[in-house]
Amino acid sequence: MDPLHQFQIKSIFNFSIGHTDVSFSNSSLSMVAVVVIVYTLMMLGMRSRSVVPGRLQSLAEVLYEFVSGTLRDNAGHEARPFFPFVFTLFTFILFGNVIGMIPWVFTFTSHIIVTFAMAIFVFLLVTLVAIVRHGVKFFTSFMPHGVPMWLAPILIPIEVVSYMSRPISLSIRLFANMMAGHAMMKVFAGFVILMVSGMGAAGYVAGALPVAVNVALVGFELMVAFLQAYVFTILTCLYLKDAIHLH
Amino acid sequence: MLNSEDPAVLASGLVDIEERVRMAREKKDSTGWNRKPDSPSDLKANGMISYAFRIGTELAAGLVVGVGSGILIDQWLGTKPWGLLLMFFLGAGAGILNVYRAINGLGYATGYQGTKSAGDDGQKPGC
Repeated sequence: MDPLHQFQIKSIFNFSIGHTDVSFSNSSLSMVAVVVIVYTLMMLGMRSRSVVPGRLQSLAEVLYEFVSGTLRDNAGHEARPFFPFVFTLFTFILFGNVIGMIPWVFTFTSHIIVTFAMAIFVFLLVTLVAIVRHGVKFFTSFMPHGVPMWLAPILIPIEVVSYMSRPISLSIRLFANMMAGHAMMKVFAGFVILMVSGMGAAGYVAGALPVAVNVALVGFELMVAFLQAYVFTILTCLYLKDAIHLH
Repeated sequence: MLNSEDPAVLASGLVDIEERVRMAREKKDSTGWNRKPDSPSDLKANGMISYAFRIGTELAAGLVVGVGSGILIDQWLGTKPWGLLLMFFLGAGAGILNVYRAINGLGYATGYQGTKSAGDDGQKPGC
């Protein structure tokens, strides 16, 4: 009945290196499952390479074209070398969100440490790209042009904090959306049990109401699952664009 | 799967299948890289709820970084309330700056001079 019970990490195989616990958990299992699914989908889909694509090939092509279109529109042609990275990120998050909709499958994107790990990776990559491409000029970008010098002691720290908050907002958005949605579905499902156990026969009639809400929520959650993967990807693209074309 | 809208195309059968493949290729470049950008309505379909939620996280993220680093600075230097006080206001400022940029569609560039180059694609990242 506890709506947060579904987010518990359970160890499947216990490992530890030194004193660090590196057990293979239900979260790891979901991640491995996603990697296997995406890999199989792309490999099987691309095997036939026909002009008129079959079902699997269409799926693989749609996925490719969608991500390449997103990257091109938001980051420009110069960001093309980062396509494999962005594609991996998008498919990993998308499939992680979507398989989380299957009952009893763990949603690894509902843990902030997972989304934060991805966000900090994006952040470090983008910062590195900016420094490699622009050198010291990257650090001058924290001081906007045409601002009086006496404002610099206030503005530069604000700009730096604003820059540092990128991985936080990126990870909070994905994690909060996934966790809130899944908890909400569990709460409404719990109402059915409460009604049936509390109201007897009338509960079976009244219980149809939360079930109807849950049906709508499942559809809504599928939309959120896609949307949040897309948002994460699009923001990565925008950050990449900023790093490549430093203003 | 085939384009069956035009009966004339269908009637001519397999002879001009190459022609149809060529037409389809012209319509949509298979790599997607030379395709024209999608219309802005593609992005508009993302919905306003997630847009509003994004604004909220932008504000919160600035505060989280500000307060978090303030507490760390205090622990490190032993300047108990002052680091937190200072960084709280800087974090709040950064959060408001984040929101301002997100709403104006300036992207996430540091500095204000990004207005022109961020505006030339003409689209807000509407999500």
